[in-house]
Order: sequence, then C-alpha cells, then structure tokens
Amino acid sequence: MSSIFDYTLASAREALRTRKISAVELVDAHIEAIERLDDGLNSFITRTPEQARLAAKEADALLAKGEGGSLCGLPIGIKDLFATEGVRTTAASKILGNFVPPYESTVTANLKRDGAISLGKLNLDEFAMGSTNLTSAFGGVENPWKRRDSDAKLVPGGSSGGSAAAVAAGLVLGATGTDTGGSIRQPAAFCGIAGIKPTYGRCSRFGTIAFASSLDQAGPMARNLQDCAILLESMAGFDPKDSTSVNRPVPHYEAALGRGVKGLKVGIPKEYRIDGLPAEIEAIWQQGINWLKEAGAEVVDISLPHTKYGLPAYYIAALAEASSNLARYDGVRFGERVKGESLDALYEATRAAGFGDEVKRRILLGTYVLSSGYYDAYYLRAQKVRTLLQRDFLKAYETVDVILAPTAPSGAFAWDEKPTDPVQVYLNDVFTVPASMAGVPALSVPAGLDSRGVPLGLQLIGRFFDEETLLAAGSVLEKAASFTHRPTIHAGVSA
Amino acid sequence: MSLDAKTVAKMARLARVGLSDEQVHTYQKEMQGIIGWVDQLNEVDVTDVPPMIGTGLAQPRLRDDQVTDGNCREKVLSNAPDREGPFYTVPKVVE
Amino acid sequence: MSAYRITGETGEWEVIVGLEVHAQIVSQSKLFSGASAEYGGEPNTHVSLVDAGFPGMLPVLNRECVAQAVRTGLGLRAQINLFSRFDRKNYFYADLPTGYQISQFEHPIVGKGAVEIELSDGEVRHIGVTRMHMEQDAGKSIHDQDPTRSFIDLNRAGVALMEIVSEPDIRSPEEAGAYLRKLRQILRYLGTCDGNMEEGSMRADVNVSVRREGEEGYRTRCEIKNVNSVRFVMQAIEVEAQRQVDIWESGGEIDQETRLFDHVKSETRSLRTKEDAHDYRYFPEPDLLPLVIEQSWVDELKAALPELPEDKRARLEKEYGVSRYESGVLTAEQSVADFYETVARGADARLATNWILGDFFAALNRTGRSIEDSPVSAEALRELLALISDSTINGKIAKEVLEDMVETGERASVIVDRKGLRQVTDTGAIEAAINDILAANADKVAEYKSGKDKLFGFFVGQTMKAMKGKANPAMVNELLKKLLAS
Repeated sequence: MSSIFDYTLASAREALRTRKISAVELVDAHIEAIERLDDGLNSFITRTPEQARLAAKEADALLAKGEGGSLCGLPIGIKDLFATEGVRTTAASKILGNFVPPYESTVTANLKRDGAISLGKLNLDEFAMGSTNLTSAFGGVENPWKRRDSDAKLVPGGSSGGSAAAVAAGLVLGATGTDTGGSIRQPAAFCGIAGIKPTYGRCSRFGTIAFASSLDQAGPMARNLQDCAILLESMAGFDPKDSTSVNRPVPHYEAALGRGVKGLKVGIPKEYRIDGLPAEIEAIWQQGINWLKEAGAEVVDISLPHTKYGLPAYYIAALAEASSNLARYDGVRFGERVKGESLDALYEATRAAGFGDEVKRRILLGTYVLSSGYYDAYYLRAQKVRTLLQRDFLKAYETVDVILAPTAPSGAFAWDEKPTDPVQVYLNDVFTVPASMAGVPALSVPAGLDSRGVPLGLQLIGRFFDEETLLAAGSVLEKAASFTHRPTIHAGVSA
Repeated sequence: MSLDAKTVAKMARLARVGLSDEQVHTYQKEMQGIIGWVDQLNEVDVTDVPPMIGTGLAQPRLRDDQVTDGNCREKVLSNAPDREGPFYTVPKVVE
Repeated sequence: MSAYRITGETGEWEVIVGLEVHAQIVSQSKLFSGASAEYGGEPNTHVSLVDAGFPGMLPVLNRECVAQAVRTGLGLRAQINLFSRFDRKNYFYADLPTGYQISQFEHPIVGKGAVEIELSDGEVRHIGVTRMHMEQDAGKSIHDQDPTRSFIDLNRAGVALMEIVSEPDIRSPEEAGAYLRKLRQILRYLGTCDGNMEEGSMRADVNVSVRREGEEGYRTRCEIKNVNSVRFVMQAIEVEAQRQVDIWESGGEIDQETRLFDHVKSETRSLRTKEDAHDYRYFPEPDLLPLVIEQSWVDELKAALPELPEDKRARLEKEYGVSRYESGVLTAEQSVADFYETVARGADARLATNWILGDFFAALNRTGRSIEDSPVSAEALRELLALISDSTINGKIAKEVLEDMVETGERASVIVDRKGLRQVTDTGAIEAAINDILAANADKVAEYKSGKDKLFGFFVGQTMKAMKGKANPAMVNELLKKLLAS
C-alpha cells in the first residue's frame, strides 16, 4: 500500500524533482485531506487553498525547468504566530481576530524564498501561552492520536498544537513552530512527531508575534528529523532586523544526520528523575539510553543542580516580558476594538474582551512581578537564576556532548483531564523549560507508545549552535525506535 | 507574600485589563497560588550572579543612520479599527 | 549678585530647581527604525511598522544616535559609560504605540558632568549634570479636530531624544534661563540638537521646591512638565515657587505631583494623576543587547569634536583682543563666530569687531535677516574693511557702501568704482578745494585767526562737503592746519 500521504518532506522533494509527482497533485491531495479531516481536528485557523494552488502551479513550472529552491512545491503549514503578508495572522487571539499583516516574518519569508507552499495558518494556544492548545480563541485542537481503550479527545500539547496535529495527521509535510518553554518539543512528543527548538538567536524573531522575547525561538516540526533538518536549514540564518540574531553560517543540517554517535558522550541529568515520574516515562528514557549505548555512545551521569528552579524562574521571566509585549494590543492601531467613553475605558474593554483567561492571568502576573518593589525580588532574581541554569549546562558540556531526557512527564492527556490548578498545568514544561532558559538547542523525537497507545518523546539537549550533534544523536534514536505508528486520524486512512 | 484582591485590581488597572469583581476574586486565588509556588526561588543563592543576557554569542550591532523605512501610511493604517483620514483615532483625551 | 529670594509673610525663601531637558538628537532616521526623523511631514508618513508597534516588529539601534549622545556627553565634559543599556518604561498612552518607551533607566550612556553658566553680573556658576540618556520620543495627539475623538500622528514616535538631567543646583529663574541657553548653545555647537524650541526639539521638565533661607535639606518638589521656551521656564519657576511659599506659609503641605504651566494665565496647575497610575515597571529591553562601545571610538569622536563655546571664547579674546563682553556676543552662535573669524583673520581685528557688532548687526536687524542668510558674505565684508584699512575709502563712505551692498549684493570695490567713492588723497586737489573755501569765507578765516578755534570743524565740514565726502580726513586736517596758519 502506497499513498501520497506516505511521503515525508524528503521523499516528496525527491518525487517532485524526479517528476514522479507534481506539486499540484501533492498540494491538492493535502488540501483535500484538510477539508476532509480538519473540521474535526481544528488544526488550522486559516486555510489558504487558492494561494497554495497558484503557488503549486508556479512550482511545477520551475521544477519542469530543473529549477526551484530546496523546498520547491512542498506543502507546509505555518503556526499562526508568524506574520504572513496579506494572510490573516491571529496568534489564536480574539484581539487579532481580523489582523492582516502588511509584512512577512523573516522565517516564513525564508521558507517562501526556498519554494515551500503554505496551506494555511495553524492553531496554537492564545499568544503561544499554554501547553494544551485549549486556550486558543479559535477552539482547541484535537490530537489525531487516540488511546486504544477510549475515544476521548486528547490534547495535542502546546503551544504549537495545531502544527503538531497537522503534521501528525498528514495534512502537511512539515510546519513551523515556536518554542518559548517547550512549545515545539512538548506537542511534538504528544503527537508522535519530531521537532527542534534551535539555539536562541538561530532563527530570526522578526515578524513573529512575541510572547517572551528573551526565550522565543522558531523551529521546525515534521514527521522525522531529516525533514526537520531540511526545514531548519531554510528557516535559520542571521537577520539584521533582529538585534538578538546571531551572525553564524547555517550548516547543511541534513549532512549531520548520518554521523552516528560513536564516541559521543551523552549526559543523563539526575535532577530530571523527579518525584512521581511515571514508570513508562522512566522506561522510555532508559530505552533511549540503551539505544545510544548500543550505537557506540558513552553514557555519563551528570548533574544540572538548578533544574528545579527552571520552571518558576521561567514563569517569572516569560510572564514579565509577556505583560509588556502584549501592551500593544490596545485597539488603536490594529486588532479588535471595544468602544469606550475614555481612552482608558477603551483599553480596558478592548483587552477584557480580546484576551482569554490564561492570557489575562499571565499579563496580571507579569505586571505584578515587575511592579514597584518587586522587580529585584522576581524578575532580576529570575534572570540571575537563568545564569545559574545556563552555567549548569555549560559545565555539563565540559564533559558531555549532548544530554538525553524525556520531553514531557506524561503522554497526551484528554481534554477534560487538564488540571484546574495552573501550576499543575505549568508542570508539563518541567523538562523543556531549562533548555529554553539557557538558550541551548534541544529536540524531541518520538520514541514509542505508552501502554494506552499514545506516543512518548525523548529529548536531546545540545551545546550552543550545535544542532548538528543533536541531529546525529536524534537520528540514532529515531532509527532504533523505528517509530512507524500512525495516529487514528490520518490523511492516509480512508474513513 | 500575600497577593490580595486589591493588588489584583491594581494590576488589572495598570495592565488596562477590565475585570469584574468576580474575576478579581478568581484571579486572586490563582495568582496567590502561583506566586506562592515561585517563591521557592528565594532558596537560590544569587550573590554575585549577573542576570543572564542571551547566549552571550550575539554581537552588539548598530544600524547605519539612513532613511530606509517609513512612507507607508496605508500599511500603517491598514488595520486601524477606526481611522480618520491619515490619523488613528482614540476617544477624546482631555489634558 | 544678591541671591534670588522670595519674600514671604514669615521670611525669606530660597528656590531649588533641577531641570530635565529633552533634546532631540540630530539624525536622519529614528533611534530604532529606518523611518525619517525629519520634523513635519504629512501625518503618519515618517512612520515604519516598527514605530507603529506592529506585532513582531523589533528595534535596531542607530549608530549615529549613539555617536551624537557620546559627543554631547563629551561636550558636557561628562563621564562616558562604555556599558549602557536600554530598559522598557511601561505605560499606556494613545501616542505610545508599543505600550512602553525604550529608554536608558538604570544604565545611562552618560554620567556626571557640568555646565558653566554666566549671569548678567558676570558671576560664573557650575550647574551639575547628573546623567544623560537616550530614549524614544512619543507620537502626537491632536485634540482640536473632532468633538469626540483625538487623532494620533506617529511621525514623532521613535525619534531619538537625549534626556539631560541636572542636579538641583539652580537657584533662580535667571540661572535656569542661563543654564538652558548655555545647554542649547553647546548642543548647537556640537551639532547634536538643533535647539529649536518651537518645533519641540528642546523642552524641559522643571523640578521646583522651596526652602527657608538657611534651611538644610529639601522640601517636597513638584515637576512642571514639558515647558517649551526659556522664557516660560523662567516664568514657571517664578510662579510655582511663589505658589509653594504661599502654601507653606499658610500651614499647608505640598503634594509631590506633576503640574502644567499655563503661560496665558501665568500659573501652574495639577495634572491630577493618580499615584498608582505611575508604576513604570522598568525592566531591561529584551529585544536589544546591552550597548557596549569601545573607548577607541569615544576617542575618535572626541578628536573630531568641534571647538566648544567656552574654548572658542577664550581663543577669540586671546587671538583678536576682543573683550569678555564682545567674545560672549560673537560666540553665542557658532555661525556668528565663524563669520567673525572669516572677517577678522588676517585683517584689522579691532575694525572687524567694531563693524560686525555695530553696522553689520544693525544691517541684519534692519533687514530681518540672520547670519546664515546674510545678504553680505563674510568675504565681502572683509573686502569692505580692507578698503578702509588701505585708505581706499574712509569710514563714513564705508557705511554708505555697506548699505549699498545689502541692497544690491554687489562687491564693495564694484560699488566704490561705480559710484566713484574712492578716497581722494591727492594733496593738490584737496589744497585747491581748501583754498576755494578759505577764499569764500574770508570773514570766518579772520575770526578763526583771532582765536575762535571751534571754527576749524566748520572748515573741515565744508572741505569734506566740497570733496563729496571722499577726501582723506587726516589729510584734510593736516592741510587745513597748514593753510590756515599761513
């Protein structure tokens, strides 16, 4: 059995180049799949089939001449946090419900430059604030995976839940995500796909709607690491419009995939063995250790002593920055306005109606930790704790090349199992946040299924700008796991 | 540190987020819980630790002083919820 | 000079003033965006999506603005901080698109410095500068176009400003005026701010408090926001200090608050802002790296700095022998000093000084022109003065020639030739004229000879008249004396 939905990004690229398939066929099939499945999954906020079909025709013309960029004719999806010129960009918030940017983010411009075809804008937690995708003003996203024993809707993780679900369900060959505290890795793990959060400064933040400026980083999400490598090579690069962008050449990431791990030192951080870690997570982690050992890596126990402070420090830093970054949504220059008698009344009404509960809670908390008298106690202290977290990693990298850990403390849970206590929800990010805080790169690859048939991911954390070693080690895990399971809801499964 | 309803209401005013009394009450409880949880950071000794600045690998950059942008009024006003000719508008501000 | 005091019912009060001056940095583009920083323009045209705070837009710092700030710091003889940083100052306002102003709160680029001021009685005082930092300007709200709405123009939003904060060293309206004028002069010399207060290029927040004569420490101060002329700053201090004295003396208390100066009513009034409305929640701007500059760059900027007013003044006094008063007038504007030096260099400096401060300034005044668009160039004036020095024309004729130059724009020598104004130094011609006059006024000659010395002036006048003013005055005198004595 072979269907158009068996293509990975890499194999589709080959098929397009050898003209085994046309871009129009490929794009049409995916548009059809979206129409067939996404009313249920809700992974797209905005679909752009007309533009995609036009772009596919142009791609075919280029491909016929043996031209076209590295992604020519490949259908992907864009997290609705990246501004796309002329295409509604909402951040999954009511307040930007009808916002049409007159500009393009650098990351999506890079993908376009290389010929990728966007099928539309993917759902997320409102302003990327969440790890369930249930905070979207455009409705939650359903994880295409189901438990073996239940039909309950599962969350796809978040905030890049729409990206993860769309990739997992075969609606797109790849997608962009953004990761502030785990927003690429955790949904990738929940949906059984691969995702990379690059080093802070690797991908430009220009044109990407900000959540927390010092943490936000764009990255690729796809069915495997080769696809991620192809996408990352296009997305990454220095951008003079982002003052925090780092001017370093972009390597040919695909070339790193086959390097293997012989002689590589892999660190296992003892602090990640948290109380109450489910046995299945523990087991998959051990499995990962064994796989790497078998492939010739040396496994070393390490300590990242400040790990437990990562999460609370993250929430302070991220929320403080968010409270300021979201001040611009005031109903004056763009976005939805609710009328008010006075300027302040307009602001208060606009922001009360425009933001969802989670966003409001985070704005209020961020405002509080920056308010007079508390800056030193909260924000400054959190940034100092970040330095300690970063030092933990830098010290570890004196002895190891890469760190292996679980991606999340659980697999995907059901929509109605979301804890009501915000702190419990935040704990989802416990393993992903430290790398975000330190600015180091990390990825997640699917490693297996839990006893209820839901995917689990393994995380690799690397040195600054050493995405290549991550890809090499990740690729070994990927091969060993030979994760070929498909979710219940998938484009290639006819109803 | 206790985070009372009055403080929550004050934060809402500072952040220009209109809240009902009921919402203030709900947020107060949640925020109190979160702040209680983050207070564990006080255990960390941060003496002589500088605040982190990115990866430390980005080079400070300065732009040349040239006019390379602007003159795009229609773009600037393209999403305005209420515009009047070349202007954005707000309810009358009395100074 | 006797100290400035406000006499109240219960005694004498001293005024304490500190100024925060916002000066627009001269640059082509804005502090963090590539939009034009030029004043004016159609509404919302000098605006980029960065300035309008669109989602995902990011700031990138303008090198020239940093250089201008460093130059200004050097001009204020202040400490330059090689490490500085931008912070966000968070508050909501209609003309603040992002909801925060990017400003240097904790680590300004310039530290302590001083400004030397000279008062009308010649007393010299040093006013301390606490710090100077860079920040963004806000946009403009227009309130008078619509009954229910204010209109927002973001052309100014994001333009680079320097905020120069003085120590509370100022003790009178006069000192405040002198400080502002001096600051303006320095910035204009440096070319870092055009000092145009009408266009808002310079404006001041004025912190005023009062205390009893001899009292230690400070009482509560009020901040008068956004005063936009030297005169208004001086008036505002006067009325605000008086208001505070009245309140203290009647047993009241001063609230620390922000006030506005109404120059029409000549009063200040409270802006009545709620206390908790101001919690700016400063934190380091995460979209920018800290600003680290090299000492070598600072040295380069320093080496290329123009001569500052004080230095220029001292040099003019030494090189051209001008008085302290004259040097003050000549260096008030760089353009005047440049003009002066072009004229005076290699010429009779005293003649140049007298002519520029006298007839030339009078001509400018009369025609309503400034030195920049003077109808007579410095080179042309120098030529005129050279004609005096080499006795081609005399001073009186020169005045006439200058007027002609102002009117026609012609060169002095051309006018002198066209009108035949060349001074007559031919002894024979002058003698002939004198002999005619003496012959026609035999009676007066007799009177003179009998001792009426005053008549000498009459003969001089008659001779000059006969010679149409062109005779060399010294020769007329000499020949008259000789012929009257014969």
